[in-house]
Amino acid sequence: MKLVILGCGRVGSTLATMMDSNGHDVTVVDRNSEAFRRLGEGFKGKTLIGEGVDEDVLRKAGIEHADAFCATTEGDNRNIMASQVVQTMFSVPKVITRIYDPLREQSYRELGLQTVCPTVMGANAIREMLES
Amino acid sequence: MYIVVVGGGKVGYYLTKSLLAEGNEVVLTEKEKNRAAELAEELGESVAIRGDGCEASFLAQVGTERADAFVAVTGDDEDNLVSCQMAKVKFAVPRTIARVNNPKNQAIFGRLGIDVTVSATNMLLALIEQEIPRHAMVNLISLKQAGMEIVEVEIPNPSPVAGKRLRDIGLDRDMHISVVLRGDETVTPSADTELLPGDKVYALIREAKENEFRALLVGDAVPAFSR
Repeated sequence: MKLVILGCGRVGSTLATMMDSNGHDVTVVDRNSEAFRRLGEGFKGKTLIGEGVDEDVLRKAGIEHADAFCATTEGDNRNIMASQVVQTMFSVPKVITRIYDPLREQSYRELGLQTVCPTVMGANAIREMLES
Repeated sequence: MYIVVVGGGKVGYYLTKSLLAEGNEVVLTEKEKNRAAELAEELGESVAIRGDGCEASFLAQVGTERADAFVAVTGDDEDNLVSCQMAKVKFAVPRTIARVNNPKNQAIFGRLGIDVTVSATNMLLALIEQEIPRHAMVNLISLKQAGMEIVEVEIPNPSPVAGKRLRDIGLDRDMHISVVLRGDETVTPSADTELLPGDKVYALIREAKENEFRALLVGDAVPAFSR
């Protein structure tokens, strides 16, 4: 699949590396070029510097032909806005949004975004370990 | 009216003061601790409240569900979007207004359900365009959800409509002339009102009719008017 990832932090870069080595066509967007160092030497995908909520940057990243988009920047609101832009303006079939704040995650899940909340997932994992 | 303003920068601060001066009940929210304290000292602790205007629980605390209008004017477009969406979806505020810093976001916000967007960049562009005769029509405000806009047109000399009555110039039901300014005088238009060169026409029109409306009032010629 052709995948665009916004945000090359720990999660974004790990996901990009995984999907790249599984043979997918990956483009990573980050506003800071330093962030791409996390991808390591073997990464064969593309990198692009820019603001991910800017539709011109998204177009440049090939969003019009993408099968999936993941927003994994540090900012919940940036992820939310970028995902909504991608969903409404470019009709990408699969859009996944990372949201740290559990309440906000719930709200936007109800609004139709496909969301991942690492806060809840992490807490649940720890709780399960504690209770087992 | 009860109005919630999110973002205690300069825009939020002056907006809050003006709204208070007009006798409204206003709450101004600010995320940053020091700024919030400063604002509370001047405006009072019941007006300036520290908190994240994107968080539903905080918005509930400040009584967003009874707000008549909700205005998000932080310097970050994504924060303004999320704030307004929360106000709209969680608290059913009838009128949400977002400041847009990147002018390109204005159209996007409209599609994402924000009632009104304000872009200083676009307004400045419009003001510059006002000074350039080529753009005889200026878009003053977009009402995205209704697909309408309010425009200002100065009737040039010559103009295809100069000396004609409104009933005769071919307006359709998507073009509503609300007021005509003639010098210092305000003319409330009727079907018999005649337009004169130099008149400023303010109209509510359907967006798709923009070019048609401009052509009706201005014609195709480049209008040479002075201000």
